Amino acid sequence: MGEFIMEKDLYILGIESSCDETAASIVKNGHEIVSNVVASQIESHKRFGGVVPEIASRHHVEQITIVIEEALQQANMKPEDLDAVCVTEGPGLVGALLIGVNAAKAFAFANDLPLVGVHHIAGHIYANALIQPMEFPLLALVVSGGHTELVLMEADGHFKLIGETRDDAAGEAYDKVARVLNIPYPGGPKIDQLAQESDAAVDFPRVWLEHDSYDFSFSGLKSAVINYKHNADQRSEKINPMHVAKGFQDSVVEVLTAKTLRAAREFKVKQVIAAGGVSANRGLRTSLEKTFKKEGIPFYVPPLKLCTDNAAMIAAAGSSMFKAGKRSDMALNGRPGKELISWND
Amino acid sequence: MIWLGIDTANSPLAIAIVKDRRILTTEVTNIKVNHSAGVMPAIEHIFKKVDISPKEIDAIAISQGPGSYTGVRIGVTIAKTLSWTLQKPLVGVSSLQVLAANAGLYQGIVCSVIDARRQNVYAGAYDTSNGLVPIIEDGHYSMAGLLAKLKELGRPVLFVGHDVDSFWELIQQELGKNALRAPYTLDLPNAAQLIYLAEQQELPPLDATHTFVPKYCRLAEAEANWLREQKGKK
Ligand SMILES: [Zn+2]
Repeated sequence: MGEFIMEKDLYILGIESSCDETAASIVKNGHEIVSNVVASQIESHKRFGGVVPEIASRHHVEQITIVIEEALQQANMKPEDLDAVCVTEGPGLVGALLIGVNAAKAFAFANDLPLVGVHHIAGHIYANALIQPMEFPLLALVVSGGHTELVLMEADGHFKLIGETRDDAAGEAYDKVARVLNIPYPGGPKIDQLAQESDAAVDFPRVWLEHDSYDFSFSGLKSAVINYKHNADQRSEKINPMHVAKGFQDSVVEVLTAKTLRAAREFKVKQVIAAGGVSANRGLRTSLEKTFKKEGIPFYVPPLKLCTDNAAMIAAAGSSMFKAGKRSDMALNGRPGKELISWND
Repeated sequence: MIWLGIDTANSPLAIAIVKDRRILTTEVTNIKVNHSAGVMPAIEHIFKKVDISPKEIDAIAISQGPGSYTGVRIGVTIAKTLSWTLQKPLVGVSSLQVLAANAGLYQGIVCSVIDARRQNVYAGAYDTSNGLVPIIEDGHYSMAGLLAKLKELGRPVLFVGHDVDSFWELIQQELGKNALRAPYTLDLPNAAQLIYLAEQQELPPLDATHTFVPKYCRLAEAEANWLREQKGKK
């Protein structure tokens, strides 16, 4: 018999400020949320019709120490109870990222704690580790305002990008179509709702690209919606926004589902997960759930508050990095275009 | 009493540690560096150099702006986080006042200038004959507007700050013999000077740290445009 080693619990503070949420969270052993605080700025960006980077940065400075303190208070913990600080390094808005990064560095320095810079998308994927254990090989569909990616994970901390968007991200296409339909920002959830309630759909194209490609393209679809509206305007006809919403969403969902299914089969994955803000979309969720139930592959998508930007997911990914020995130093910087790199072989 | 001072409001990086009114270390670097990557390593380095641990400091002085939005925010974020987590008070000082104080021994009017682009500046004018009494409030001015105000004073004005050079011709044109240029050795912020100014303020309560914000002296562009649009609608 080997000797019985009690492993000490691991408490990680996560900090996230890559876009318009200022967030801090404490996660135990990489999968158990102890506290999760998010200060959303969505209200103050609404009047501008989208996230204004300078305004976002200003809000982050106002919120950052408040959310970190609240994360500690809700967990009933002190800095000395923590094992490390993890922070979103990128990608994201540079001016927003560096608030979280510099707060994390100052906090780590003052409390003599190890520091780990985390990739935002790794965070979105690891949000699932907070729901159920991740099993490999695993396929992640990452869909958000800035991302549409298929990522294959053969092991913990190991990433292979197998498909990505060649133009607009899915969430970006939603925002643009919302503008065509005069839906105020953020328009994605409203389009989802209209599509759910609609009894008919305009027939918009599906863009498949080369038959073996896992890449995506949504700009053609977006143009088709714009043209449809334009043609109706020219004929002084009114469009039915519900039919347009459903037509658009059906096209997005069909392509995302089909490519995810094909990849899941090719790589014989044990688990499929959806991640990122758009994975909260009901149409997409339902389609993926149905498809993988039929296929017999477990499919998971985290609850809404873990789909959108949060720091628990950063702490979850950071815990895996920390255990793999990854460390950052005081020169850590915000990196708006950071690539997703494996931390395990 | 041990103070940490930080000024990253513009391209120079100035940091200092002062103990019982003695400078232990003061550093200023004025090369194009990235504050986001550079400030914390520099702070870590000076603490090591003077063999003091962060927990030993008693207060933090921060140059609160105006200046580069990003530069000001990096300094303020670091200062706020240190202040909150170490539970030490945070004192903000105007970045223009820090520059003007460099010429504190000159008796008269000192004007500190920071380039805000498109012929605009952040500037403030102080009477140094009895401390640092503001004569023209820190703010965002068109260079022409600022010079008109200074001209009205009808007195010599000593200009401080390395951005003065790009406006020097215009300044001389407007103010003539009343335009005086401080030596370049006074053009950079000095974090010990910043601490000295902070020491003259009352220490704010610890819970003021959470609500501490930069002094931008200017609305974000999107906000200014939005306000203009609202006015137009009326
Ligand atoms: Zn995100």
